[in-house]
Amino acid sequence: MTATSDHQQISYIAGQAADARVNVELLTGDMTLNIGPQHPATHGTLRIAAQLDGELVIKADPIMGYMHRGYEKLVEVRTYPQVTTLVNRIDWMGSFANEVPFILAAEQLMGVEAPPRAQWIRTVLFELSRIANVALFLGDMGVQLGALTPVFFAFRDRERVLNQIEAITGGRFHPNFDRIGGLKDDIPKGWIEETKDCMNKMRTFCDEMDDLLVGNEVFQARCRGVGVIPKDVALGYGLSGANLRASGVDWDLRRDVASPLVYDQVDWKVWTHPDGDSFARYWVRLQEVRESTHIVDQLLDGIPSGPIMAKVPRIIKVPEGEAYISTENPLGEMGYYIVSKGDLGPFRVKIRTPSFNNISIVPWVMRGVFVPDVITILGSLYFILGDIDR
Amino acid sequence: MAEETTDAQTDTAAAVDESRDSVVARLRSALGDGVIDSVVQPGLDVWVRVSNHRWQDAARAVHSMGFTYFGFVSAIDWMIAPEGRYENTEFDDPSDAKDEPAAIVTGVAGGDTRFQAFARFHSIAEGVGVTIKCDIADDTMSVATLSDIFPGADWHEREMWEMFGIDIVGHPALRNIYLPTEFEGHPLRKDFPLLAREVKPWPGVVDIEEIPEHLEAQLEAEVMAAFEASGGGE
Repeated sequence: MTATSDHQQISYIAGQAADARVNVELLTGDMTLNIGPQHPATHGTLRIAAQLDGELVIKADPIMGYMHRGYEKLVEVRTYPQVTTLVNRIDWMGSFANEVPFILAAEQLMGVEAPPRAQWIRTVLFELSRIANVALFLGDMGVQLGALTPVFFAFRDRERVLNQIEAITGGRFHPNFDRIGGLKDDIPKGWIEETKDCMNKMRTFCDEMDDLLVGNEVFQARCRGVGVIPKDVALGYGLSGANLRASGVDWDLRRDVASPLVYDQVDWKVWTHPDGDSFARYWVRLQEVRESTHIVDQLLDGIPSGPIMAKVPRIIKVPEGEAYISTENPLGEMGYYIVSKGDLGPFRVKIRTPSFNNISIVPWVMRGVFVPDVITILGSLYFILGDIDR
Repeated sequence: MAEETTDAQTDTAAAVDESRDSVVARLRSALGDGVIDSVVQPGLDVWVRVSNHRWQDAARAVHSMGFTYFGFVSAIDWMIAPEGRYENTEFDDPSDAKDEPAAIVTGVAGGDTRFQAFARFHSIAEGVGVTIKCDIADDTMSVATLSDIFPGADWHEREMWEMFGIDIVGHPALRNIYLPTEFEGHPLRKDFPLLAREVKPWPGVVDIEEIPEHLEAQLEAEVMAAFEASGGGE
């Protein structure tokens, strides 16, 4: 053995020892990282306590309640017409859609049916809410992944839809427009043409998103295969809306459940994607917005004439009974289980919000993902905080 | 399925809803006397009430029947709120309600206890939803967890636990979901007062004052005249 090799061996051992010392000194247990409550990806104040091993998430635990307003309790001291004001604020991006299932459930209990014209305008507004809501998601998803441009497009074009909603209801975000037995007002003059124009612009917006994000290599790399949710798991957690359809379940309450809304009068298609990953969720939503613009176009052509209110008593008392009505809201299945005791206000209302179930899958889907993917998955599941915390 | 329900709605004379009747029949054969009561509203909905100790079995049965989509699980307190909800309504006069609690009247499919749990499941294949109810005895105040069968029940049961004080037997992690950990009481119970209403009665009462009959007719005529003048809604 030469001196050189001795030296080499000693330095090798010394190196090993140094490495070992460094490893011992830097040995860390799992780290807990708070994501939120004020993170932009949380759309409000959702906090995720993530337990990390390096970059790997071992356990993610969402902590809610920062915005819990106790609507189920408040509803018990409201009269039926007053409830729509409250439920407007559940999913504030698509407010009108929140009112519809509640009103439909109350109408079912009362045996009242809104006139056809009201149902058509209801359906139009319902779809406009969806477009306004999901359009923002389409741009916002880019921001989560570091692409800033799409969200400006989204805000610009969503404003057009909000203007149309404002023109008919008077409110951009909280229309409070649906009534038991019909609608508050008729549509203003020239509104139909303006809305058609607006729908054209929204289709252009969808094409832009297609070019900017869906066809983008980086976007695909960040989204494909991230946060895969298989079909049966999605069903067990009660995922709904585009999240469920992105897992390959062909299920849409607009088509599959009998409802007074007039979706059966138009020709449209339910989009699904077999992959169940973040990309699929984005893709399905993009197709849905495009489909919604076509639904609105067809509906606008066929709005029947007639009254917009059925004859309902001035003082609304809902007969004793129970009813559960759910509709396909922008975020998924939104339902109200109303228990009535024949009084001015409901006895109990269980509000089944889509985001609550959609987010309950987070602990399951976020095991063993990387920290940046947490944001991708949260973004692609798409929730509104008011819809979780109600 | 959608066509079938529409048919049932229009044709009320022959009010038969085969798909919903079969849900009840299949549950009865799976649970035997575990099913206490059931109600089918043709074309609209179906309720099945099971006994408390068969709650999990009922969920397992509907799951194997193809009702794999989880809607929600929650509870209801059938007690009449002792605090009074509105001023001057016949519904509950606070003066006598305070002396003696009003009798408990339960809803569709009946019930024997103050608290009831209810859950909603949906069958994608059949396009039919079902509501399962079960009584919760006052002394035990507990019900078995559904989170083994439907993982989505986990959070709903946490909410049920904190809002109603119902113990969920076998739940993996019962802790607060909305309320702060130090919160006392169960807000959705009817005897939990809503303080804002105690301090200031709801002013909306004024809005719903009855209009005298002769004025009502007059008002109606005015509205109709305005409607005709505007071109019949066009």
